[in-house]
Amino acid sequence: MKITRKDVENVALLSRLELPEEEMEMYSGQLNAILEYADVLTKLDTDNIQPTAHVLPLKNVLRADEVKESLPRDLALSNAPEEEDGYFKVPKVVEG
Amino acid sequence: MELFRYTAHELHQKLVDKEVSSVELTQNVLNRVEAVDGKVKAYITKTGEQALKEAALVDEKIARGEKIAPLAGIPGAIKDNMCTKGVKTTCASQILAGFVPPYEATVLEKLQAQDLVMVGKANMDEFAMGGSTENSGFFTTANPWNTDCVPGGSSGGSAAAVAAGEAIWSLGSDTGGSIRQPASFCGVVGLKPTYGRVSRYGLVAYASSLDQIGPITRDVTDAALVMNAIAGHDAKDSTSINADVPDYTKSLVSDVKGLKIGLPKEYFVKGMDLAVEKSVRSAIDQLIAMGAELCEVSMPNTEYALSAYYLIATAEASSNLSRYDGVSFGARTEGGDIVEMYKKTRSEAFGAEVKRRIMLGTYALSSGYYDAYYLKALKVRTLVKQDFDKSFEQVDVLITPTAPTTAFQLGEKSSDPLSMYLQDIYTVPINLAGVPGISIPCGFAGGLPVGMQIIGKPLDEATVIRTAYAFEQNNDYHKRFAPLGEGK
Repeated sequence: MKITRKDVENVALLSRLELPEEEMEMYSGQLNAILEYADVLTKLDTDNIQPTAHVLPLKNVLRADEVKESLPRDLALSNAPEEEDGYFKVPKVVEG
Repeated sequence: MELFRYTAHELHQKLVDKEVSSVELTQNVLNRVEAVDGKVKAYITKTGEQALKEAALVDEKIARGEKIAPLAGIPGAIKDNMCTKGVKTTCASQILAGFVPPYEATVLEKLQAQDLVMVGKANMDEFAMGGSTENSGFFTTANPWNTDCVPGGSSGGSAAAVAAGEAIWSLGSDTGGSIRQPASFCGVVGLKPTYGRVSRYGLVAYASSLDQIGPITRDVTDAALVMNAIAGHDAKDSTSINADVPDYTKSLVSDVKGLKIGLPKEYFVKGMDLAVEKSVRSAIDQLIAMGAELCEVSMPNTEYALSAYYLIATAEASSNLSRYDGVSFGARTEGGDIVEMYKKTRSEAFGAEVKRRIMLGTYALSSGYYDAYYLKALKVRTLVKQDFDKSFEQVDVLITPTAPTTAFQLGEKSSDPLSMYLQDIYTVPINLAGVPGISIPCGFAGGLPVGMQIIGKPLDEATVIRTAYAFEQNNDYHKRFAPLGEGK
């Protein structure tokens, strides 16, 4: 087994996903099959190889620090599931 | 007159010659949508009313004697992961089912500058994750050549719409083959430009270092026209390349004399359907007969590309998709505390493939596994890219099949994610290397189209287009129309 049932539970928590029992089984099996397939990578010696996160030779793309028009607040809030007084509203996160 | 059967460049001529109006043309395409979309199901959102208004404006321009742009007034479809201001953009996900973008993607702004007529927003695999459009959170699209088969994916709606006459051209996006593979399955042309050639601003992110927008069209000429409209630097996308964009119509030259074609021997191995191999090899023979030179090249890291791709793409996806938390936009399911709300929202609204990829990517990035999976995959990406760099020292283009098979049956692979991933074996290395690639029809097998992939050097879409055009002009595959709706 590449990935244990406990790993899958942990990954689901990190991913903020809630999985019913039968799905937990299904994903464990599928993730194992995929990771076993990916085991082919261990055949390659990559000790002296630099990683490529990005193919373009770009560094620190900056623009001039000028004031420009931004999204009006009502538009920015237009897709909010819940809003109040011009703010996004979420369940209470601070105790007391 | 069945105007929906023509290409964009033919229709442009008809508009300029005042043989037809854009309103007539648009109405003709909308009628076609009305007639066949019940079967094909290419569209998530139809914008016919707006399209007719946009068409009327183009007709006014023509009446005033103004010059119109090549795509002006010619109905197109947009994959539903590109933000359209005021028009729902769902990414085929329940989590964005009600999302109406407050801004326009750069490609849309560029197309509007050419007087875009948009028929609708095309179906896709949820968040562009999949190769069959069966992962759409709404419904599955059918292949116009055989409605029991998938159209490919993830841009399945965009490819099926063009093949079925429900749009003259469309935009797709390609992270690991999502333009080229559905183009191959639907018998149309699909071009993935060099990474950074087309702005990703307003494209809903899946895997940011791999995603790229490109055209899906009926022929290579139309692909060049759409590229002319959408390519170029954009200050709003920090990964956009600041390089001159050539006029791609200048590459529509049927001449491959002296062109060096590389055949990567690692691609022509087991797993490829024999009929697909035969079609692609005979297409290559034609190019040689036309004066191209063949050169076998070796790309030894090919067998590692698929694994590296699925680790990198899912890692990036797990990060990108963390924004769907039920707070600032998208669906929300109420729960007890905020973490409960996040979990309920995401578990209810994401489909199975999206959850699978988020978890795989989270695992590959998690403490203790990062080096073994994510970092390893990034190093393998370097080796895959080096294979391309070395090959392009010897050849001008590489040719491979686009996919190992023709379109498969609906449901055939949907229960086995790994077998679905294997479909991408010839397309993902191109995204890892960031180079351009096109799929064009090169034959038929069992009544279904076969696609040939032509891969070019970074920023050299021009040579890719020229090679594709030369082959196309010697054949008539691009002139065949999917039988759907014709009583066959």
